[in-house]
Amino acid sequence: MSQLEIKDLHISIGEKSIVKGFNLTIKPGEVHAIMGPNGTGKSTLAKAIAGHPDYTITSGDVLLDGQSVLAMEPDERARTGLFLAFQYPSEIPGVSIANFLRAAVQARMAEGEELDATAYYKRLYTKMDMLKIDRKFTARAVNDGFSGGEKKRCEILQMAMLEPKIALMDETDSGLDIDALRIVAEGVNAIRAGAQPPGILLITHYQRLLDYIVPDFVHVMYAGRIVKSGDKHLALELEAKGYDWVKKEFAAATAS
Amino acid sequence: MSVSSPTAAVGSFTQAAFDAHLAKVSHLPAWWLDRKRAAYERFAVAPMPKRTNEGWRFSNLAALTLDGFNPAPAACPFAQMDHHELGVTGAGHLVFANNRLVASQPLAAEAAKQGIIFDTLQNALLKHGDLVRAHLLTQPSKLGSDKFAALHEAFLEDGAFIHVPKGVTAPLPVGVFHYACGDGTAVFPHTLVIAEDNAKITVADFFRTGSGASPAPRAFACGGNDLYAGHGASVTYVAMQDWSRETLSFQFNATLARRDARVLSLNLHAGARQARHESFSQLAAPGAHSEMLALTVAHGTQEFDQRTLQIHQAPNTSSNLLYKNALLDQAKTIFSGLIVVDADAQKTDAYQSNRNLMLSDDAEAHSLPGLEIQANDVRCTHGATSARIDREQEFYLESRGIKPAQAQELLVFGFFEEVLGKIEHQELHDTLTDIIREKFRA
Repeated sequence: MSQLEIKDLHISIGEKSIVKGFNLTIKPGEVHAIMGPNGTGKSTLAKAIAGHPDYTITSGDVLLDGQSVLAMEPDERARTGLFLAFQYPSEIPGVSIANFLRAAVQARMAEGEELDATAYYKRLYTKMDMLKIDRKFTARAVNDGFSGGEKKRCEILQMAMLEPKIALMDETDSGLDIDALRIVAEGVNAIRAGAQPPGILLITHYQRLLDYIVPDFVHVMYAGRIVKSGDKHLALELEAKGYDWVKKEFAAATAS
Repeated sequence: MSVSSPTAAVGSFTQAAFDAHLAKVSHLPAWWLDRKRAAYERFAVAPMPKRTNEGWRFSNLAALTLDGFNPAPAACPFAQMDHHELGVTGAGHLVFANNRLVASQPLAAEAAKQGIIFDTLQNALLKHGDLVRAHLLTQPSKLGSDKFAALHEAFLEDGAFIHVPKGVTAPLPVGVFHYACGDGTAVFPHTLVIAEDNAKITVADFFRTGSGASPAPRAFACGGNDLYAGHGASVTYVAMQDWSRETLSFQFNATLARRDARVLSLNLHAGARQARHESFSQLAAPGAHSEMLALTVAHGTQEFDQRTLQIHQAPNTSSNLLYKNALLDQAKTIFSGLIVVDADAQKTDAYQSNRNLMLSDDAEAHSLPGLEIQANDVRCTHGATSARIDREQEFYLESRGIKPAQAQELLVFGFFEEVLGKIEHQELHDTLTDIIREKFRA
């Protein structure tokens, strides 16, 4: 079974250091929630692991099943089993969801192997039914003119189709009303209930999401690293007390 | 008193070559032969375009030679050609090679029974002379290529004639194929489409080199089309320009839309070394609409030079121009478009847009949009953009495991789909998509 190890990771954007010594191991099927105030490096972490060209990993390593992914291009990382659910998914006019997903599925097949279109659509429709997505959706251009909720459901549909080993979910709850949030969470929970559930890194700002997707671990990220870890109760504590006490603890710890 | 050398002005298309051409078509009506003689005169005296001509701004004039071509190429047997079908089951087609008909598939009985005529221009000149006379090359050349347009008329030997009677809807598209075979070959394709009142037809024109010979044969292609849509008629015209990469190509379009008529023309440009396309739409009566669309895939050092004119002559007319170019390598595109709104063409709604997708830092895209409005109650917009592939979109696709080359292809097709999506006939849409995909991979 697959696991992700993030070892003493340092990430910069240009000259600016954002993530400073991040450590975490995600075992198969585990859900780790990362919480923390704005600007603390949560999204940077997710995008850099997925290989976004704007981010430079200056030191440390990211291993999937013991193999470093850092020398890989973004598409290779994805085919190896990493998946990033975007906070702001790109709109791609003129490319239908059906064609886009077929290209992604085909990219995972051996050279010269033909995609079985019937089996592909059967699988796609099963996943769409699971996510309560209308079948007409497949003819629409990827994220083009989608509502916030549709975009996020489209992300989860891709995750369900591509069956990653590790999913990095970046603020999947942002921009969602409570009904949309519930549908998205149900989709994620259905994936978790599958035969080979991925390990999930769930980045969120709000405890609210964790009522629906219950994490195995909660970590607080601040100033580019994890400063506190606990179980789901930590999220409730953060919700009640805010982040100030974490910041104070961190200041005291680094001062000493 | 001429100071320019006669060979520079006419190149291979000498008086002797024209006389030989006329001898070949002497069985055609006298009025047509007279028009050809007059056209040859205009061609011979008109100077080659000069750097100072506004209509040739940014064009590579040095490569516009008329020398070294064969105005009377030998016949090319159909069996030797690498012919691809339209991809529409049962559709009629005409196949021309080196200016002569080499194969055809008549219209299905149902279409013929409705009185639709789909024949060669030569046959139409003999059998339907008045119709041809009323519509063939009757619009003036206004976009700079009067010399080459005259050459087209002078040497035009044969082409396609499509006539749809009043109130008739053609059940299927028709395909016209024009091939150029052999080195130095000069071809003069023409397609004339007449849709009478409330008629409806889709026509696809393909321009190709007869075989995938290497090195690519040098050719000269000087073609045109006339699209006439009577009251309430609907004409869809698709052209795929895929000449050899050593071809000098001219294409002239004249569209005339009457009351409440609707014309959609989509030109795909992939072939030629240097290709100039001039498109002229006349919105002649209230309610007329012209949709002017183009897609270009520009490789290597190809130059695509596109000049357009939308003239609104009556109130409540509309036009929508969308030219999209994808540029690779050191390719160059020029778009120069003008919308003219006459004084009494109130409530005109005209749109003109040129979008360039730059897939190489060395490619060059020029845009010269323009408006000339004499009416005071109109809506006219124009715009031009040049952009690279959006990095975030590219990363998004790659983050799903899609390889960079395929991600780029998907994004280019996404860029093109806004235009391709306007072709309602699914099989025709798929044929065009496949051709472009092949071009993009070439």
